[in-house]
Amino acid sequence: MDILYNIFIDPFVQMGSAPDLLVQTLWEGLVSGVLYALIALGFVLIFKASGVFNFAQGIMVVFAALTLVGLYEAGVPAILALILTIGVMFVLAVGVERIVLRPLVNQPDIILFMATFGLTYFLIGFGELVFGGNPKVMITDQLYLPRGSVEFEMLGGFVSLQKIDITAAVIASVMVASLAVFFQKTRIGRALRAVADSHKAALSVGISLNQIWIIVWFTAGIVALATGIMWGARSEVSFALQIIALKALPVLILGGFTSVPGAIVGGLIIGVGEKLGEFYWGPLVGSGIESWLAYVIALGFLLFRPQGLFGEKIIERI
Amino acid sequence: MRAPDMDAGVTAGDVLLAVENVSLRFGGVKAITDVSFDIRKGEIRAIIGPNGAGKTSMLNVINGFYHPQDGRITFKGRTRSKMRPYVAASQGIARTFQNVALFKGMTTLDNIMAGRTLKMRRGFFWQMLRHGPAMAEEIEHRKVVEEIIDFLEIEAIRKVPVGRLPYGLQKRVELGRALAMEPELLLLDEPMAGMNLEEKEDMCRFILDVNSQFGTTIALIEHDMGVVMDLSDRVVVLEYGRKIADGVPDEVKSNQAVIDAYLGVPH
Repeated sequence: MDILYNIFIDPFVQMGSAPDLLVQTLWEGLVSGVLYALIALGFVLIFKASGVFNFAQGIMVVFAALTLVGLYEAGVPAILALILTIGVMFVLAVGVERIVLRPLVNQPDIILFMATFGLTYFLIGFGELVFGGNPKVMITDQLYLPRGSVEFEMLGGFVSLQKIDITAAVIASVMVASLAVFFQKTRIGRALRAVADSHKAALSVGISLNQIWIIVWFTAGIVALATGIMWGARSEVSFALQIIALKALPVLILGGFTSVPGAIVGGLIIGVGEKLGEFYWGPLVGSGIESWLAYVIALGFLLFRPQGLFGEKIIERI
Repeated sequence: MRAPDMDAGVTAGDVLLAVENVSLRFGGVKAITDVSFDIRKGEIRAIIGPNGAGKTSMLNVINGFYHPQDGRITFKGRTRSKMRPYVAASQGIARTFQNVALFKGMTTLDNIMAGRTLKMRRGFFWQMLRHGPAMAEEIEHRKVVEEIIDFLEIEAIRKVPVGRLPYGLQKRVELGRALAMEPELLLLDEPMAGMNLEEKEDMCRFILDVNSQFGTTIALIEHDMGVVMDLSDRVVVLEYGRKIADGVPDEVKSNQAVIDAYLGVPH
């Protein structure tokens, strides 16, 4: 009975007795959720438009952040470095389209998936060659990102919010909202979805695959850059950062691979779930819950909605 | 819906598209060998032949999916040997596919709107904002699309994802998407395959209406000989990638080579 009490009753008693701690935990969950959502967004963009699971999204985050810091360290003013990095992401998008996607048109999805593995290792090698393998510090101040924290007195305690987290949440929300509208309601958005559904039909109505792919990879590159800056500001910029891509997987499963709003809601659920689980239930098993709880949550959802919360349900006729 | 703009140089009865000595090979396989024929402005042109005769390959050559090794194609007076599909589309060639190629996750409305892609010109920036000129443009095109939906009598399935529709309706949506491009030349690859009699009659009516109301030139591949003979103005017959006959339906019907191709030659 003790175990049942510890699992089902005690955590909620704790939540009730210290509401300020609960709010603090929820906030931290939401912030990491927003960042997970940003990573997932990069995947969703490319998956929607080309049906490819882009394994390289994680390394694109690192590569974008490294380029930004690397340029700054080489003496380029911060804002100019940011613009140049956007340029580099565009060149990368064009390069991927020319060298990887174009020769592989009409190949099975698994071939394209493998090609993104190749891209990953190319970017790791190329990144190390140019910028070296040492961790770098994100140029937060130079980009005018706020530092420090704001404290609120509420519910009989203090809740402290990092300013950088607030900025991250705002930027991510704006990006997600504009991308969602863009995908659903515009000509280019429609063209993107069309390409995802059928290459030959898209071609026959006059959609240029090459152009669409460049747009998508470039957009995913920008999202990667935003993710890199935000994550880099919380830890440091190193190749280890690419494993955060794995955090996007449960988010994608939860939100559906094809849904932009799904990425954000999925990200928030995973972020909050992880933090709550770690803080209130973690002690029961000696903590360390955070690293696997996300997958359990995703698995639970998968049982009931295989297409994800917002995924497109496509009925195959036999 | 407006009839497509008549090109200054091409009036009804003139040659709209000419295929000259086209050959297409895949490695050692000869799909098309030295085929020439033309399509005149305003006509319904049928391409027939037994299975594997190269009919679909021919359509793929015309709309730029395949690039022939030899030969020339002249469309609206401009000659080319190869062209990218989206360029063909932008010059006024639309098509449907043998095994329906629709955007399955999207609604009927969105599928047909996708056909307007080339007609919409507002840039990325305005599209992002979804405001001002881009919004006005969206509304204007939506109107055309609604007219097409009325024309094809598919109002009821406007918001249904096309993956859920029965096959006959999917074919109709695909025709709608091609019409949304306001093409000058419409290529139909077996528009009636797999349909029941009633659906076939509907489709025949739509094809004839498109041709007469909008003056759209149509080239179609079809296996149902009754349909071909009723619909088409002229018929070209392919067998093993070669042209064996070309003419009005009655001529073709009584052509000995065609009869042999379809019924076999006694040995």
